[in-house]
Amino acid sequence: MTVDATDRRILKATASGLPLTPHPFEEVGRWLVLPENEVIARIQAMQDDGVIRRVALAPNHYTLGLAANGMSVWDLADDQAEKLGAEVGALPFVSHCYLRPRALPDWPYNLFAMLHGRSREEVEAKRSEVAALLDAACRSHDILYSTRILKKSGMRLAGEG
Amino acid sequence: MRQTLPPDALDATDRLLINRLQDGLPLTHAPFAPVAQEAGISETEVVDRIAHLREIGAITRFGPFLDAEAMGGAFCLCALSVPPDRFDEVMTLVNAHPEVAHNYERQHRLNMWFVLACERPEEIAEAAGRIERETGLKVLRFPKRHEFFIGFRVEA
Repeated sequence: MTVDATDRRILKATASGLPLTPHPFEEVGRWLVLPENEVIARIQAMQDDGVIRRVALAPNHYTLGLAANGMSVWDLADDQAEKLGAEVGALPFVSHCYLRPRALPDWPYNLFAMLHGRSREEVEAKRSEVAALLDAACRSHDILYSTRILKKSGMRLAGEG
Repeated sequence: MRQTLPPDALDATDRLLINRLQDGLPLTHAPFAPVAQEAGISETEVVDRIAHLREIGAITRFGPFLDAEAMGGAFCLCALSVPPDRFDEVMTLVNAHPEVAHNYERQHRLNMWFVLACERPEEIAEAAGRIERETGLKVLRFPKRHEFFIGFRVEA
């Protein structure tokens, strides 16, 4: 879909969050001099097209106790990768889950799944759970723990400079 | 903020709000009405509690979540195997590129993992090529072929 200039104004106005009032879309409309029903219709259209994944609250998984995470990686048989990837992605302790190309010979893994838990031990237990689910379709797997954030910059909106 | 909150920082109503509102908000004139009714509180108290949860760091954001790619950008996860004695030098070279959105050190032979974020797909290969020339290291590229984005929930 094409996100037009008015859509961009809505995204920019809400980039740091929705206004915390009982009628947040009405308030966004007030900021942008747009009727509330147009704000809602535009956000709905962007959500239907996948530009907006959802309008929601983001729990801080660190402060809520999920302090440990690891990037688990799996070498899945190609003909089963789509189906099994969807099953792994549906697990409640898996956040980002992607199929990616292998980089042979350096890297045999084609499924990446970020696992979350309260501790390193819990993450390892989740990894065993995933391994049991994948069973014989998985030839090998590994998990990479991050030791340091080297850079973290906010994603810029394309066309925003 | 990465410190775990004490267990009494949240009451049952706070937990209900976190558990319900992470799945998405109805796009209506009164989007908090359903959860307010379920919790037995007013919509004003719902928004006041959300503000408080943000203040104490129990939530990071409340609003629209964008699919950056659907907005027209191009992204690629990349990895480098950096000799330990060159780690800081390579980190400085990599981080200097504005296309590098984030960069993590990980425990593996491939010990540096970063995401390239560009406006157009062809710029990914160009940026990776520049990093290879500057560092003399092979940049492994892992573009996403399929994303599975369904299940993750943080039970409060």
